[in-house]
Amino acid sequence: MKKRMLSLVLAGVMTAALLTGCGDSAGSDAGSADGAAEETTEAAETEVSEETAGDDAAAEDSSAEASGDSAGGTFKIGGIGPLTGSNAVYGIAAMNGSQIAVDEINAAGGINGMTVELNFQDDETDSEKSVNAYNALKDWGVQVLDGCVTSACSIAVSAKTAEDNIFQLTPSGSAVECVANPNSFRICFSDPNQGVASAQYIGEHSLATKVAVIYDSSDVYSSGIYEKFVTEAESQSFEVVTAGAFTADNKTDFSVQLQQAKDAGADLVFLPIYYNEAALILKQAADMGFEVKFFGCDGLDGILGVKNFDASLTEGVMLLTPFAADATDDLTVQFVTTYEEKFNETPNQFAADGYDAIYTIKAAAEKAGITADMSNEEICAAMQTAMTEITVDGLTGEGITWDASGEPTKEPKAVVIKDGVYTAM
Amino acid sequence: MSFVAHLINGISLGSVYALIALGYTMVYGIAKMLNFAHGDVIMIGGYVVFVTASSLGINPLAAIIVSMAACTLLGVTIERVAYRPLRGASPLAVLITAIGVSYLLQNVALLVFGSDTKAFSNVVTLPNLELFGGQLIIKSVTIVTVIVSIIIMVGLTLFVKKTKIGRAMTAVSEDQGAAQLMGINVNGTIAVTFAIGSSLAAVAGVLLCSAYPSLTPYTGSMPGIKAFVAAVFGGIGSIPGAFIGGILLGVIENLSKAYISSQLADAIVFSILIIVLLVKPTGLLGKKVLEKV
Repeated sequence: MKKRMLSLVLAGVMTAALLTGCGDSAGSDAGSADGAAEETTEAAETEVSEETAGDDAAAEDSSAEASGDSAGGTFKIGGIGPLTGSNAVYGIAAMNGSQIAVDEINAAGGINGMTVELNFQDDETDSEKSVNAYNALKDWGVQVLDGCVTSACSIAVSAKTAEDNIFQLTPSGSAVECVANPNSFRICFSDPNQGVASAQYIGEHSLATKVAVIYDSSDVYSSGIYEKFVTEAESQSFEVVTAGAFTADNKTDFSVQLQQAKDAGADLVFLPIYYNEAALILKQAADMGFEVKFFGCDGLDGILGVKNFDASLTEGVMLLTPFAADATDDLTVQFVTTYEEKFNETPNQFAADGYDAIYTIKAAAEKAGITADMSNEEICAAMQTAMTEITVDGLTGEGITWDASGEPTKEPKAVVIKDGVYTAM
Repeated sequence: MSFVAHLINGISLGSVYALIALGYTMVYGIAKMLNFAHGDVIMIGGYVVFVTASSLGINPLAAIIVSMAACTLLGVTIERVAYRPLRGASPLAVLITAIGVSYLLQNVALLVFGSDTKAFSNVVTLPNLELFGGQLIIKSVTIVTVIVSIIIMVGLTLFVKKTKIGRAMTAVSEDQGAAQLMGINVNGTIAVTFAIGSSLAAVAGVLLCSAYPSLTPYTGSMPGIKAFVAAVFGGIGSIPGAFIGGILLGVIENLSKAYISSQLADAIVFSILIIVLLVKPTGLLGKKVLEKV
């Protein structure tokens, strides 16, 4: 009897855990909808209906695309990124930015007469979920992939796209391996380039003489930038006085790393990390009375969006990002206005990356002469060649070009946070 | 000077561990079970304060009381639903159930609050203590945490030794069957133990999140495990042992971060658990249990 009770209870607990596990994604979807602007909810809803429609179409055959509403058929772009979870700020921004580009392109007649459809899936920054999201997109009939937003997911999915011959352009996957396959390209800088560019920027603008680094040694993005930064720093006018590492299991208490930086007399702390930890570091530095400059990479972008965070702590934080929302060129002004109108938020770099990704796909598709009846293999091969021939003037840089390795060539820019907004330096 | 600063940061971290370890050791000492869900009750306590204080704008002190009430209720419910039916089962079964409850709480929190990090506002608004002309700053939340831990440690010791229900707890921990024969309500006593342990978890949650202001559904899991190590280190079941173990562990963790390697700190902390278990299995202040043949 006792045994039966035990097994019943255990079974109950396990089922409950399983149920919560499954319910989890649905629930956090709802959570993201709460957090994001109303438009996002609408977008998500239309996505669902499109997805079901897409499923039917895919079931019939890929030729079913010919029955699309516009004369040229439809061009299906899939997107993957974290729409929920701790990096949701990135995914939602990239999705919103991409959506604006898609709407603009469709209003102007589409790509080669084809209507563009964007289906953006959530991966919660989890590689496995990312591959699942990609499989869902394949069922939907994806032709070109705009993703993934984060590095680890991008690497996981690029193995699949290479197998399936689907052209992949990641807006913000910055790890070196993201573009290892010939079919994958990126919009943003790679991690090593960010490390080198940061060191050069600090050196050339004489921002500091003694630099401390705090980085996450368990994260490929963070340690990648750190290594290149240290190498490049040797030929610059400043010295790296301390390097404090932390790991994913030990990322709340930074008192030791900050104390070491303070003791070493650092006048600038370089943070090649994500904004959640950076927010804690800024808070703890202020608590211990450590007044120092902070300099970060694109992972810091989003720090102004942390809920309940005292934004005054970010005053004066500098970050290397190819996009500044207050730039005065026509393209940026127009994008920022549209974005603010639609989503009630100032766009960050990821939104700009998403926007540029769609326009890059458009430029390459037009160059390659993509039509709706081409197979994914044909599209992939044609796009791959076209990518090396185009020049894109985007939000994240002018005259961006690519070589066959998938790396973009553009100038880095730095911004500083002033009165709670990103301001060009 | 930097050594002193590292030491103080270590005590700051250790006092949080100590506070959590007190809850662990309380439940283990009396119910003889490891409540692995304790760390997650802490997380729930943190969220309750976050929702009531930050979102609804209630006075932080009132929010702490609400959180203590909520956690007490949660702890008693967990005990009633998940642990009591297994009272006679093997300790392993109870342990696995506790792990199950821990995941359940994490996933429920994920479902309700989402997984994005919430910045927790410090409820301790006292000014920081500055020494040597600002060279050394001791955060007020550290001082409060240490004081609260000491008060709770002394309070619990007195409670267990002096009150009727406290002595009932001691009796239950010695021999449940005999205690029952002497007219002690074993289930009731254990329920009270869980109630106390969980309300302590709420306090620990608030102070943990005030010291390290980020709140996610996984906030409680790592400090929970470290506090368990602290409890074992100090001698599990011993109330002063949990306090000493917690403080020592925090200091060791911070000093090894500072002087050995910031990446190896966790490895060093867990090596201590292994060494303690090898050399002194009952911990620093643990009671030796004589096996009667």
